[in-house]
Parts: sequence; structure tokens; C-alpha cells
Amino acid sequence: MNFVNALKVAWKAILTNKSRSILTMLGVIIGVGSVILLVSIGNGLQVYIEDTFEDLGSNAIYVYPTEVFGENGFGQQDERSFVAAKQFSTKHLQDLQRYRRQIKEVLPESVRGTTVRYRDTQKDITVTGTTQVYENVRNTKTIKGRFFSDSETRAGQRVAVLGYKITQDLFGNSDPVGRTIRLKGVNFEVIGVAEEKGGGAFGGPPFDNYIFIPLEAFFRLFDSTDINSFTVQVRNKEEIPEVIELLTEYLEETDNRDAKEYDVIDQREILDTINQVLGVLTIGLGGIAAISLLVGGIGIMNIMLVSVTERTREIGLRKAIGATPNQILLQFLIESSLLSLVGGAIGVGLASLASFLMVSLADFPSAITWQSILLAFGVSVSVGVIFGVAPARKASKLSPIEALRSE
Amino acid sequence: MKKSDVVLQLTEVVKVYKLGEQTITALNNVDLTVFKGEFVAIMGSSGAGKSTMLQIASLLDNPTSGHILLHNQDVSSYSEKKLAKIRNQEIGFVFQQFNLLNRTSALENVALPLIYTGVSFKERQRRATKILEEVGLGDRLHNTPNQLSGGQQQRVAIARALVNDPTLLFADEPTGNLDSKSGEEIMDILSGLHKQGRTIVMVTHEEDIANYAQRVIRMQDGKILFDRQQKPKKSK
Repeated sequence: MNFVNALKVAWKAILTNKSRSILTMLGVIIGVGSVILLVSIGNGLQVYIEDTFEDLGSNAIYVYPTEVFGENGFGQQDERSFVAAKQFSTKHLQDLQRYRRQIKEVLPESVRGTTVRYRDTQKDITVTGTTQVYENVRNTKTIKGRFFSDSETRAGQRVAVLGYKITQDLFGNSDPVGRTIRLKGVNFEVIGVAEEKGGGAFGGPPFDNYIFIPLEAFFRLFDSTDINSFTVQVRNKEEIPEVIELLTEYLEETDNRDAKEYDVIDQREILDTINQVLGVLTIGLGGIAAISLLVGGIGIMNIMLVSVTERTREIGLRKAIGATPNQILLQFLIESSLLSLVGGAIGVGLASLASFLMVSLADFPSAITWQSILLAFGVSVSVGVIFGVAPARKASKLSPIEALRSE
Repeated sequence: MKKSDVVLQLTEVVKVYKLGEQTITALNNVDLTVFKGEFVAIMGSSGAGKSTMLQIASLLDNPTSGHILLHNQDVSSYSEKKLAKIRNQEIGFVFQQFNLLNRTSALENVALPLIYTGVSFKERQRRATKILEEVGLGDRLHNTPNQLSGGQQQRVAIARALVNDPTLLFADEPTGNLDSKSGEEIMDILSGLHKQGRTIVMVTHEEDIANYAQRVIRMQDGKILFDRQQKPKKSK
């Protein structure tokens, strides 16, 4: 009896008890489906976070005072939310800009929460004072108008680039470019609208709710020359550790800043930490889902034992006309593997469908990978084989005459 | 008869069953020699050991002690795998209960042993069709057992037993589940096979059926009571 014949016999046996086979497969379907879905959600989140970081700008090092978020959190109305942290100044900016060999751009950012007013509409938003390099370093395109220029930055002109959502909130569908908004009671001319960005940095408010103004204008508006953070874009990815050392040394020398008062980190480091957490989470959830696969396997074993008992006479006959114990073993192993494999295939199908629906309807990132599908198939075949061994061995060891005598 | 004509030989075969505390001796030191081309009927009342002897002779069951020689080869100590191969190629078996696979056509039932022999699909179809035609079921190839009468089912079973052209054909009460007319048909087929030179060993408890055989062995309490030649009843 070759493999193809055994496969045919197994397929026929499965079709003979359709509803029983489907119910048995259900365990594997749920197990495989949930493992793949959870792993793909984990992968999707990872891809999503990588993308978000890519949006934040690549090859970047972040220089933050240690207590970025203050006591009352980040970007809130309370203007003293940054009081807890020591701040940087324009001197640091000028100094950093001198390291032209290693550093491509230095992006300063000062952030405050305040209110914006256009005609009768008033909104709480986050204002970022920055320079023209923001556009490139943060990978932020304007969909209307333009970003402020080098000269506007230097002059500290009262011009503003609006985030995508705040534009919708204030202007609806009309064109905001050229209009005047009031920030903290001061008039600013809208010169551009940034593209939609989605989430915010490190759990902060979404970028789509930000208003960007030149750094000098920010200093005047809030009567402060503090710079909250720098984003340093290096020329070469490989030089990141070197530049981190350089920056740390520089900060230590200039201000006698205590090493604990600021952090110099690159995005890889942040990303690695998040990915590590996500990875553990994915494995954990996948592991829980794998338990249902185990239960599915036990279901298969159970039904195969029933099948062996029911078909004892058939086994006896097959042995009487020349089936060897190994051929009987193979036949039942193939049957249990086939049950498991078909269940696995349906599970993969359902998980793909669910993943597709999540992406298209809920816009939730979910990415089914070939590896997870192959893994699921591998696992479901192994489940079929492992849980099929006991029933198949039982069948192969039956004495032909006793099997034939059974009713 | 010459020694080279011996197909099957049982020497000092004992079979003991254990039923709880009780031990039952189904075969008590039995010797039997079957020659090529013989049609042997084993008779006896229920519990005389005739079926046990048939099962041991056809290698479906192991003796407790004693030897079984097939073509002068002692097969008593063969592995399950080797025995399966002999059952497949040297032995055909016809059961009282037919033992056909349900939901499986006559053709596939007959072709089943050939799957284990490793014969190709085309050749299996060809040989199974030919043998079904020989037992008069050429028009029933694709019927499943529940679409066939008892007599027809037993004819399918005989075709299955013959499909590998075995040296020995065993039949355990082949007419036991049939009405007398169908039984006669089956016996005519077996007689016909005997005339073609096939060696047949059959168990029955009916005189009428045993009359078709050329040699009758009567058993009692696990022993052979007598063993005699007779003129077989004429088949149609």
C-alpha cells in the first residue's frame, strides 16, 4: 500500500463521517487560527511601530532632559509641566551645529500646550517651536502651502504650519493658507498644512494636533528661551554610538550637567526595547493560543480511538488479506494528520480573513507572514501525527482473527 | 502422494484459550496434511475446534505450540510482516460474514488485496474486473455490498480471495449466512475451482455442503475423529 492509496483511504474515511470530522477539526481550526492571528497582530504592531519611528526620522539620536514629562505630564495646559527638568538653550544648538563632520542636522524642539483661536472656534493644542529642518528630519510633508523657511526661522516670523486634524477642526474643508489664527492671543499667519501622521511620539498627543512655529517666535510667545530637546541626525548609521559619546562628552563639559539629568538615546534603542516587549507579548499570547491547539490534538486522538474501535472488523479484514502492521499504522496516522492538516488549512484561511477584515475595516495593523503559515501547517501536521500515534498503534497491533470476531 | 505435492502441513498443533480462570483446549495435538488440488471439508459440532484449525492453518492465528509448514517451509516463527505477505499472496479466505467493506464498490473490494501487493491501479482494475466476470458479476462491478444479495456478496468475497491467485483457498462456513439456493451457487463455484485444480479447505457443519468435498475430516473436542476420502457430489 503506497502513500497515495493510504491518502485516498484516509480521505474516504473522513468524508464518511462528515459532521464528526468537522467537529474534530474545529479544535485545530480554532487553535491554528488564533495562533496565526495573534502572531500576525504582534507582527503588525511591530511593523506599525517601525513605520512610526521611520516617520520620526531615521539615523536620529534624541537628547532629552531626564524628566521629560514633568509631574503633570507632557503637553498639558500647565506651562510648568517642564519645570522639573533642566532645559537646553540656543547656545547648545549653535554648539551642536558645529559638529558638521558627523552630524547632518540638529533639530531643536520646544513644546508647550496652549489654546488656538480662529474666529469663534477655540481648541487646546500643542505648539512646537522648531526650525526649518523639521520638515526633513521628521519626514513631515506639507499637503497645502509650505513649511517655514530658513529666513523665517531666523527672523522668528509669526507664521504657523498646522497639523492635519487641527486644520480640520478649525477650518473644515476651506483652505487655511493665508488665514490668521490666534495663539495665546497673538496673531499668526497660516502658511501650510502638514500631512496626516497618526500617533504621537512616546505616547504624547498625536502630531495631527500640533501647530509648528519658528523657534524664535516660540521664545517670544512664551517668554522663555528654553529648548526641550534635540533630535540629532547623523550622517552615517554606523557612527551613532560614536556620536552618542560625543554628545555626552559635550554636555558634560559645557554645563557640568550631571549624567542623570539628560538622556542621549538613539531610536534603535527605543525601538529595540519596544520590539522586545512586543515580542514577549506575542510569544505569550501565541503560547496561550497554542494550548487550544493542544486541546484540538486531544480531540483528534479521541476521535481516532473511536474510529479504530468502530473499524476493528475492517482492520481485521485488511490484515487477513495482507496488510502489514506498518501499513495499518500508516493508514491511521495519515488519517489523523489529514484531519489536522485540513483543520489547519481552514484555520489559516479564517485567520487570513480576520486579518484582512481588521486591516480593511478597523485599520488595525495585522500582517500574516509566510513563516507563521508554514509554522501553523507544521504544527498541525505534528499534532495529527503525535496524537494519532496511540490510536494507530492500537490498530496496528490488533490480532487479525480477534479483530474479525469483534462486532 | 509425493512429498512435493504437500501444500500445507500441521504438526502437533495445540491451541489453548484462556477465558478468565478457565483454560480451553481448542486444538489438542492435531496433525494434518493437505495435498495440492485437494478439496477438504472439516466437519464437527460447535466447539469441536474446526474453525480454530482453519484460522491457524490460514495463518490468521498463532498456535500455542506446534508447527505449520507451507510448501515445506516452517512459517510458525515468522514475523507479523512476513505472515501478512504470505496471507496476501499465498492464501485466499472466504468468511461466513463475507467481510466486505461497506460503501465500497465490488470492484474496489476485490482489488483491495492487490493494493497491499503493490500492484498498479490499472492492473488492479483489470484483474479485479476479470475475476468478477468469472464469478458472474461482470454487470455489478460498481455496486456496493448493500446493493447486492447475500449470494452476490459472497461471490464478491470469493473473487477477492482469488484475485491474487493463491495456492490455498480457505472457506469458513461459506454458505452459513445464505439461503439454500444461494448456498448451492456458492458451492458450485467452489467445486468449479476445485476442478480447475485449486486447493480448498472448508469448514462446515452441514453434510450437504461437505458432500461437495473430496475429503472429509471430522473433529471432536479438539481432535481429529476421522479423515476419509469420498466421491465428491457432482456440481452443475
